[in-house]
Amino acid sequence: MERKIRVLIAKPGLDGHDRGAKVVARALRDAGMEVIYTGLRQTPEMIAEAALQEDVDAVGLSILSGAHMALVPRVLDLLRANGQGDVHVFVGGIIPEQDVPALLGMGVKAVYGPGTPTTQVVEDIQNALG
Amino acid sequence: MSNSLEAVRAGDRLALARLLTQVENQTPAGRQALNDLFPYTGRAHLVGVTGSPGTGKSSLVNRLAYAYRHPPQGQLPRRVAVVAVDPSSPFTGGAVLGDRVRMRDLTGDPGVFIRSMAARGALGGLARSTADVVQVLDAAGFELILIETVGAGQSEVDIARLAHTTLVVESPGMGDDIQAIKAGILEIADVLVVNKADRPGVDHTERALRAMLELAHPARRQFAGHHGAAMDATATAVDETPAEELWLPPVLRLIATTGVGVAELAQAVDQHADYLRRSGEWKRREAARLQAELEMLIQATLMQRWRQTLSDGVYEEVFARLAERQLSPYEALERLIQ
Repeated sequence: MERKIRVLIAKPGLDGHDRGAKVVARALRDAGMEVIYTGLRQTPEMIAEAALQEDVDAVGLSILSGAHMALVPRVLDLLRANGQGDVHVFVGGIIPEQDVPALLGMGVKAVYGPGTPTTQVVEDIQNALG
Repeated sequence: MSNSLEAVRAGDRLALARLLTQVENQTPAGRQALNDLFPYTGRAHLVGVTGSPGTGKSSLVNRLAYAYRHPPQGQLPRRVAVVAVDPSSPFTGGAVLGDRVRMRDLTGDPGVFIRSMAARGALGGLARSTADVVQVLDAAGFELILIETVGAGQSEVDIARLAHTTLVVESPGMGDDIQAIKAGILEIADVLVVNKADRPGVDHTERALRAMLELAHPARRQFAGHHGAAMDATATAVDETPAEELWLPPVLRLIATTGVGVAELAQAVDQHADYLRRSGEWKRREAARLQAELEMLIQATLMQRWRQTLSDGVYEEVFARLAERQLSPYEALERLIQ
């Protein structure tokens, strides 16, 4: 049985728009991945717990609320504390240009703004994990 | 036993999650672990939850698991694992597994472990390795394992072989009386749940289910061999089984979104477990399940061996002639298996 790439798509924080997250989830599914979708308003603790139980290879965080500089490091810390520091974490949503280097410096593997083709997200994950 | 298996048995959640991946992918390491863990299995109560898409299976699982984690005074909370199966795309093999969306009440509880699985092409409502995943969770010490199937229609009844207790979830407005007397999914119910009981039509749905139950007298269920379609849920065993040992599937109303009826449901699940143990049915179901598993393994292995004995291209050639209708399926069989 071939190994499937498992990806958690999560929406931390309080904004209620998950269209982008669903579009990415669908694109990854169409690329043959198994996507665990957890719904809106997840705390970093909930995301890390789901990532652990599902033993995912990658975690995608969709954030439109502007709280990414608080939420992302918290998720990364919890993943590392759980022994999942090697998980491929990527962030999508509304992320100001000047915050991108800081997020990448924390250990995020990629940041995708509006208009990113879903094929790029797919390729990046396949290149990192395939 | 290896260190990682010791860790799984001792409650290490990362070790457990990683082992489940090995088992799900049917790797040699996963298979070895299943061998090593097998002596520690057979303790958990396996509860299947099945029903049509949209009847509220995930919400029910969320509530039921929560009820077992927060039992009435005087009872101990039980460790609960959830295995939630969703379909894979037949075209890309990918899947979106969304059952966790409805299981938020269970987060942050170290006595709960939720694992999503894609069906990966299997058609019976479960994935091929669901039974193995359940076995690992059993060995890891979870006392109650809730197995949620793919949204099932009428024939996805694999769950009845795997689980000790099968809950079939219906909701108002999902079909008429004739749907209720069709064979298949309703016959495998140990407990029938009418979810969304605050919706119009609930009386009608409940009446239809009760009428169906009256037609099919309860009796010891006899599972035919793996190939046989017959799962005898009729009254054949009545003569040899004392009446007090028969289980009448209760029909319970539930509103999973608010939790109305969940305590009664948890009670019915426990009563069914008691009944299974008292009547000897527990052992019979375990034996039937292990036999079905063994037969499935034999089938898969023989198939694989047979494919290896064929010379290159023979299968493709015969199949091409079948597709052109130059050979019938039975003639093709004769060519392939002399």
